[in-house]
Amino acid sequence: MNISQILFWILTVLALGSALGVVLSKNPVYSVLCLIVTFFAISGHYILLNAQFLAIVNIIVYAGAIMVLFLFVIMLMNLNAEVEPQKSKILKFAGFIAGLCLFLVIVAAIKNAEAKTQAAQLAGGDIGLIKNLGTALFNDYVLPFEISSVLFLSAMVGAVVIGKKE
Amino acid sequence: MPINYYIITAIALFCIGITGVLTRRNAIIIFMCIEIMLNAVNLLLVAFSKMFHMAYLANPAKAVTSGIDGQLFVFFIMVVAAAEVSVGLAIIVMMYRNTHSVDVNFLNRLKN
Repeated sequence: MNISQILFWILTVLALGSALGVVLSKNPVYSVLCLIVTFFAISGHYILLNAQFLAIVNIIVYAGAIMVLFLFVIMLMNLNAEVEPQKSKILKFAGFIAGLCLFLVIVAAIKNAEAKTQAAQLAGGDIGLIKNLGTALFNDYVLPFEISSVLFLSAMVGAVVIGKKE
Repeated sequence: MPINYYIITAIALFCIGITGVLTRRNAIIIFMCIEIMLNAVNLLLVAFSKMFHMAYLANPAKAVTSGIDGQLFVFFIMVVAAAEVSVGLAIIVMMYRNTHSVDVNFLNRLKN
């Protein structure tokens, strides 16, 4: 068991455990903090997979921007564990069973997939660097890139229009 | 690492997100579970991108950038997620201003 496999298992346990923490914790602030841990673990997976640019972007965009937005909204609303709305026990149980069944169904569906023994993590490969990603982005994906700028503009205008007091 | 470990990890993350959406009533936590699901899909896309790039390293006859599309899809998913979060949180703030709660069960005006 070499170092990258040990790192894979550590990061996987960290990601799954903190994702469970998001779902299970009563206080929304703890949920946000667990979600930040999940995003850092997923960024570690990206680095193991030689996707360095995506790892940094994941930390900047998710752990930096989006999570600060979440924390800001939660603190604006002054939510805490006492006012946290809870579903009834039976609905929680039903949701848990539904998620477990979905997991089992998908795992059973991919169990005999053809590609499952192909390796995904080895040394070498530099497609994750900014130079190669940028070349592909501005050659093959120029139109989606420009359209995403329009999407951002419309999202910004939409957030301002929704958020302002009428 | 064989690709199926990554597949199982991503499916587990996705199902945790599904379970969170089904079992929680706080709108902000439902939103965070949607982010978990998006990240599970991102992780799977990066793993498959790496897998196809390893196929290139084994067989140099293929294009040098084989597998780069997966990473660009992840990039665009992040763009869409950032836009979605900004609009969604604005909607949650507006809902809190009107109902003084983030409980999704209060949002049943379209029911009758």
